[in-house]
Amino acid sequence: MPDKKTKYKEVAYYPGCALEGTGHAYNRSTKALGKALGLKLKEVENWNCCGAMEVKNIDPKLQTYLSSRVMSIAANKMKMDVVMAPCNGCYHNLKRAEYDLEKDEQSREVVDRLSQKAGHETYQAGQVETIHALDWIKDSIGEEGLKERVKNSLDGIKIANYYGCMYTRPRHIFPEKDKGPASESTSKPHFMDDLLEAAGAENVDFPLKTACCGGAHTLSDSDTSTKLVANILMAAEAAGAEVIATECPTCHSGLEMHQIRAAKTLGIKTSVKIIYFTQLLGMAMGLKPKAVGLHENVSDSFAFVKQKGLA
Amino acid sequence: MPIHEKSLIRPENLEVHEHLEIEGVDVSGHWSTFIGSRVVADYNEAMEEEIAALPGGEYIHRCWQCGSCTNSCTVNALNPDFNPRYWIYLIRMGMESELLRDKDIIWQCVSCHKCTHVCPRDVVPEGVMKATSHWLELKGHTPKSHSMIFDEVFSEQVFETGKIEDGRVIKRFFKRTGQALAQPWMVDMVKGMLRNLPLGLLTRMGLATLVAPRTKDWGDARAAIEEYVAEREEHNRKALGLDELIQSARTEI
Repeated sequence: MPDKKTKYKEVAYYPGCALEGTGHAYNRSTKALGKALGLKLKEVENWNCCGAMEVKNIDPKLQTYLSSRVMSIAANKMKMDVVMAPCNGCYHNLKRAEYDLEKDEQSREVVDRLSQKAGHETYQAGQVETIHALDWIKDSIGEEGLKERVKNSLDGIKIANYYGCMYTRPRHIFPEKDKGPASESTSKPHFMDDLLEAAGAENVDFPLKTACCGGAHTLSDSDTSTKLVANILMAAEAAGAEVIATECPTCHSGLEMHQIRAAKTLGIKTSVKIIYFTQLLGMAMGLKPKAVGLHENVSDSFAFVKQKGLA
Repeated sequence: MPIHEKSLIRPENLEVHEHLEIEGVDVSGHWSTFIGSRVVADYNEAMEEEIAALPGGEYIHRCWQCGSCTNSCTVNALNPDFNPRYWIYLIRMGMESELLRDKDIIWQCVSCHKCTHVCPRDVVPEGVMKATSHWLELKGHTPKSHSMIFDEVFSEQVFETGKIEDGRVIKRFFKRTGQALAQPWMVDMVKGMLRNLPLGLLTRMGLATLVAPRTKDWGDARAAIEEYVAEREEHNRKALGLDELIQSARTEI
């Protein structure tokens, strides 16, 4: 059994829909960072949407099917044993499908029936391991590996690490978490903190790491989302952060959108920058801001990264 | 945050006496507040079973009313009337008219999964919230919420093409909910995006709106999914007795 360090050197990459749209900066920076670190990504062939946060409200088993199709292609067609999903929503759904298929007979039946009709092999629980982009960097390169490769230290940048909901909740679907200090914690996640600190950043004590940004209702209940985001932005600033590091396209665009909306509708103006952790790490590895898609963010961080010596 | 159970008593049921003497003892002040007696005669005994039959509601019977869901709830922190524990209680008791007082806010659950994370009985309260708002809509107590319309617009596109494209989902959603696309904050956001985007990327994003990204050879998967959806809709209609409901409404007219 190869260890994670070797196993994660080449993984199946599932970008998901958001990373081809509003979250393209995350896609670009994930690929660029992987390349800079000598990690190989093989995109899942002809993938489909995992079901996001919406399909389960029509029927949860459909979401399980959609996610299982992605894992089936990775396992049966591409013969891969690890799927890496940078989007919290995709990551959550693949994990959830894995959990359902392991525990629930009815889910297995529905997935088998739909897979047969759709004409592909049925995914069997345990065929692949789903990981997040954070696990990918943490376990294949690690803090020591990052330290050796830093070209532009993030020294002097105060960061609030924001993980959102789907990366840690609910606990049932993440059996590998909460297994001691080396594993990820569902109540106080620290993988992003660890990586950014290794690249020189100063992490602030941020109490809203796993608070909700209202991402599911960004458009359908904008006032609620704006209030939730305003809380997060203000708490980050109160903690002394200059940057909120993100690891989810829905959280990221939610924070950016509602930062503007909070200023417009609530009169709450905040200036904290919102940057993907892969963009920060990429720049620390010496990549140019455009190479990590800084120009694809809604919020403007160019002057900021220049001032911090990253451009 | 503690649960303020007093907030559950509607103001009209509170009787406050400025001066009150009972059997010669002056109980004015704090002790003069009473809850008016009431008779509940309209229990809907089918309600729990109906909600349990909808996706997400399956485990409502496990609840032992500890209140962890409400304690952890994101929306409750913004609006104390948003109280999953209480609604689960009402549903299990069959107190429909009491539940209907909150019918317009139940859909606001943001699916942060904090309740499911902490629930000691694996009730999946988040699922119960979704099943309950679905139930309210199917029974005609509330119009379709914006959240449900978004879920439908989004899912339709996934079923059709295998993938979604943000721009198309947003446009369809605004159209179906009758809202103008050019909200002032939206305009500001798009301006922010245009500032730094190179022309090539803009063209690519523009094209994506016209030529939606799709999964190749999706036809069979689509047919299988749509067949399953129709089957589930039929199941939900039966479980909620919707056909009988419509039939009896027709007879009355």
